[in-house]
Amino acid sequence: MPLVNGGKIVDDSFVKLAVDTPLPESGDILVPAERFLGDAEAFLARPGKVGVIWPNNRDIDELVPYLGRLAAVALVFPTFRDGRAYSQARLLRERFNYRGELRATGQVLRDQFVFMLRAGFDAFEVKKQADAEAFMQTAKHYSVFYQPTGDGRITALHRRMQLRHSEGVGT
Amino acid sequence: MYAYDEIDRTLVNERVSEFRDQVKRRLSGELTEDEFKILRLQNGVYLQLHAYMFRVAIPYGTLASNQLRRLAHVARKYDRGYGHFTTRQNIQFNWIKLAELPDALADLAEVGIHAMQTSGNNMRNVTSDQWAGVAPGEIEDPRIWSELIRQHTTLHPEFSFLPRKFKIAITASDHDRAAIRIHDIGLRLIKNEKGETGFEVLVGGGLGRTPFIAKTIKHFVHGRDILSYIEAILRVYNQYGRRDNIYKARIKILVHELGIEKFSREVEEEWQHIRNSSLQIDDEVIEDIRSRFTYPAYEKLPHMPDELRQAAADPDFEAWRKNSVSPHKVQGYSIVTISLKPTGGPPGDATAEQMDALADLADKYSFGEIRVGHEQNLALPHVAKRDLPALWKALDKLGLATPNVNLITDIIACPGLDYCSLANARSIPIAQELTRRFANHELANLIGRLHINISGCINACGHHHVGHIGILGVEKNGEEVYQITIGGRADESAALGNLIGPGVKFDEVADVVEDIVEAYLALRERPEELFIDTVKRLGVEPFKERVYATR
Repeated sequence: MPLVNGGKIVDDSFVKLAVDTPLPESGDILVPAERFLGDAEAFLARPGKVGVIWPNNRDIDELVPYLGRLAAVALVFPTFRDGRAYSQARLLRERFNYRGELRATGQVLRDQFVFMLRAGFDAFEVKKQADAEAFMQTAKHYSVFYQPTGDGRITALHRRMQLRHSEGVGT
Repeated sequence: MYAYDEIDRTLVNERVSEFRDQVKRRLSGELTEDEFKILRLQNGVYLQLHAYMFRVAIPYGTLASNQLRRLAHVARKYDRGYGHFTTRQNIQFNWIKLAELPDALADLAEVGIHAMQTSGNNMRNVTSDQWAGVAPGEIEDPRIWSELIRQHTTLHPEFSFLPRKFKIAITASDHDRAAIRIHDIGLRLIKNEKGETGFEVLVGGGLGRTPFIAKTIKHFVHGRDILSYIEAILRVYNQYGRRDNIYKARIKILVHELGIEKFSREVEEEWQHIRNSSLQIDDEVIEDIRSRFTYPAYEKLPHMPDELRQAAADPDFEAWRKNSVSPHKVQGYSIVTISLKPTGGPPGDATAEQMDALADLADKYSFGEIRVGHEQNLALPHVAKRDLPALWKALDKLGLATPNVNLITDIIACPGLDYCSLANARSIPIAQELTRRFANHELANLIGRLHINISGCINACGHHHVGHIGILGVEKNGEEVYQITIGGRADESAALGNLIGPGVKFDEVADVVEDIVEAYLALRERPEELFIDTVKRLGVEPFKERVYATR
């Protein structure tokens, strides 16, 4: 499954651990939430980056104490119809100021990219190769946005205000 | 009228081109039907019994004449020459071809019409009072706020994959014509003691399998905070609404399971985090939206023009005027409701020819504006009283002057088994039969205000729970059986109807309705006591006795 990060298809440096996979001595790891919370300090103390795979039905508050020391948080879309992780993503970015990698996993398809980018995701485990290759083109498809989110894109309401004020000059 | 600016136009065009690409990928097999389904639903496309059905939004029920002409064009070019107006200010086309949909959307986009989020588990078309901006006594035009919310809910990055569909309705009048109490969020525009605009916010209304009347979650939310408050409700719902069972996924179930107190505490806590964010709306933003609504330059006209006085001699005109013409906030003008419920016709249908002709009449008599109401009728909102006789003649020629607005034949019905793949029973033929039974205007007038609502399945698209008489078609042992309720209403005193007795067969429905009406005529205290008030006073029992005595 191709990983898109920074708009490009890249190699994934992280190894995903299952609940019972032996812990590798070094290297970057993505750890399931339950396992991470069971021994958080040990994971954080070992060499290599640590990320957590956080399910979409678990309160994100539990992860907050560790956010500053995590390199990645992977949120889950069990199917693309299940939109809970969009709320988790916005909370991580906008309320808890999480600045590490925010990865979308699960059924990630081309037609969600814009929503995901707006919600704060910056890394994407894309289901289909063709979708991953179309990432940049898809991400640029929309130029107008109605809602303010943490991605900082200017909203329609604010653009209108700017236009009003610039038109006001000289009249 | 709201005029799109370049920003709105750009977004709709970008949406059309995105959907064109999605259809292309579906037709080439790159997208599976499962993947495509959600994408087409988000653009208003259902797969029905016979073909794709295409649902187009008419936000807050306001249409310009050129937009209505374009809907007629879509009906003619891509469909079978007619459209069906729904209970949520949408129009549906029933015979559209998938490959042609992007073109139909592009044609609509040229006049500022879209089909975004008219289906699917996202925030649906924002609806409002079809008399908004012209109703006497209105607090202010609710469409300004409807448009603000329409924009905010369009392609929302967090709430486009909700547990289930989500509907918002807004009213600004004491008499609720927008049925806000059967919506996921109902907003009642009010002023606080300082004279500031805000909303009473209701939540958790809805019909379907488990009907609920919405409860008040907050008595006053200031206008500047309305987007953050809605966002807080949605965020709680998106995270905690049930996704394990489609029938328990609406917000009404979450509100019911948590209780309104706990639910409102969750929302309040979330709201405190976001209310002072960029979601706060300043007056300038509201003024900007307000400035793009245009209002007619009304003339100073007499209350009772000669034309009206003379036409009063014609009993047919008078019957129509008394039934279909309502007071306007400006002297000398009227609101004219146009019944889409002709005797023997499917409720809510209009042909392309009728739409075109109506657009012309709107240009001539209503400053180019048409409204769509949840009762599946249309309205011309600014008709000078002196023009009423001429307008009536023109409407009558088009088959659009049936004087039955709010009477027993002004039936709300879903498409039912004739079109819909979810339906268990037919709706339209029941409605057609009832309009024939009560075709006599004298009789219908004698009965007075009486709303019949018909749904062909438990999903309740015909809002049967809130019909004064509600008819629900179900399937029992391979047969269509109809359950009948009385006493429901969708207005400011919204209530769910009560079952009158065992279900009856297709052929018996009209007889039972006749029996109920006969019972009412015998039981009412005086002619002014409406059916709904008699039911309220006496309850179901006396009706039940009379209806089932001989069955």
